[in-house]
Amino acid sequence: MSATLFVRLAPWIFTIALLVLWEAAVRVLAIPVFFLPPPTVVAGAFVEFWPAIWKNSLWTLYTTVVGFLLAIGFGLALGLAVGWSRFVYAGIYPILIGFNAVPKVAVVPILVLWFGIGTVPAVITAFLISFFPIVVNVATGLATIEPELEDVLKALGASKLDIMRKVGIPRALPYFFGSLKVAITLAFVGSVISESVASNVGIGNMMLQAQAQFQVPLVFAGLVVLAVEGIAMYAIMAWIERRMTGWAHRSGLAQG
Amino acid sequence: MAFVTLDGVRHVYGRGGVGLPAVEGLSLSVKEGEFAAVVGPSGCGKSTLMKLATGLQFPAAGTVTVGGEKVSRPVKIAGMAFQAPTLLPWRTTRENLLLPLEIVEPHRSRIRRDKAAYIAKAERLLASVGLAGAGSKFPWELSGGMQQRASLCRALIHEPRLLMLDEPFGALDAFTREELWCVIRDLHAASGITVILVTHDLREAAFLADRIFVMSARPGRIIAERVVDFPRPRDLEVTYTAPFQDVVHELRAHIVRARQAA
Repeated sequence: MSATLFVRLAPWIFTIALLVLWEAAVRVLAIPVFFLPPPTVVAGAFVEFWPAIWKNSLWTLYTTVVGFLLAIGFGLALGLAVGWSRFVYAGIYPILIGFNAVPKVAVVPILVLWFGIGTVPAVITAFLISFFPIVVNVATGLATIEPELEDVLKALGASKLDIMRKVGIPRALPYFFGSLKVAITLAFVGSVISESVASNVGIGNMMLQAQAQFQVPLVFAGLVVLAVEGIAMYAIMAWIERRMTGWAHRSGLAQG
Repeated sequence: MAFVTLDGVRHVYGRGGVGLPAVEGLSLSVKEGEFAAVVGPSGCGKSTLMKLATGLQFPAAGTVTVGGEKVSRPVKIAGMAFQAPTLLPWRTTRENLLLPLEIVEPHRSRIRRDKAAYIAKAERLLASVGLAGAGSKFPWELSGGMQQRASLCRALIHEPRLLMLDEPFGALDAFTREELWCVIRDLHAASGITVILVTHDLREAAFLADRIFVMSARPGRIIAERVVDFPRPRDLEVTYTAPFQDVVHELRAHIVRARQAA
């Protein structure tokens, strides 16, 4: 087997090894199923509860993606504004940091107060938790234009808009697409938190109910679903990033 | 026939004009088509001089005139190159050259229509600095010296009447640097463009310039002016002759004194 093929198979080898280890540990140590179910039992839960898992996982995916899209729109706009103007930057940055420091689970009750339980708080929580990295990254990309290059263009009479269009925004794109990978992962955190606290649909809610009924394998099935959805969305973002900003990944290390 | 004139210029960075001026009582005059070099101890305000002459900064006192006009906005007839090539990594070398044309009139409104003509022009310019065929390469596929050549081309593409160079060869190895001296020498000879070269390399100044200005320590002003009249075209061999060494020694003595005075 060639070395590169080995590297390509590595994720599968490690995942399977982890599952085997998990299964073996549970059986050898005789850990009760209601404490830590082995992978085979979790797989059984998938078969048994598939309709519910399918419905709820789609719902969670939907709320997450809607919140994430809102975060992209808002984060991009705010990031451009913050990167554009030193005044906006100075004014808004402390507020943003304070906002980001607030645990979003503490915001959910307020959202429930305003919008009732269900989808809306989940979407908003996903949005609130995921827009911050987008703002920071877009603003950083804009703020780190080389001053010499700015001088070259300004001496030609370039306007601020010219400099942003020709240099700032293309420059910020790798930061932006890089931040999407972080943001989508956070968006799942947001939607699941909200579903667990204040919803009657979604994976978060399903897991909470399963826990209450002591169906521990189903709880773990929920975790697996979230992991799979998270990995899939992350992979999509990574793919988009590579497609859009190939020039920023020119080192062999990043490509190999 | 002065093309660039600074007269009694004082410049202070920061709001309200408080603090130590970067330059004070700075006066110099560069003729059209002349190759001028500005040398001085580090931090003497050489870069401020660049910004004043291109209309990126305006003096607190005194006047700056370029091409017969008092500078009150970016001059647009200047091209600039710096120590860092600052090429855009997402553009090919050719597209990097076209960047100034997308900004400055009248090219800005023509470039879409006459793209082919502009590309041909960019390729000719690249060929003239020994970069024929490199237009479709990305900057990171070029060596440091090649990137610096491309950066020079970008400074020249809109046919400026003034070329401002701020230590453009500072980051290159000695051999590449001398190669690029010759590139600049030939560009200047071919186009008759006015050049102001800011540098701390005295050999570079003496080899390239018609006239060398020595600046004092901060706040910068001109403390010596030296005309260099070696016949052109100059060969690199001239840098190993006794008269050349004398010029370099003389400049060095000025700068040593300027550093001590600081």
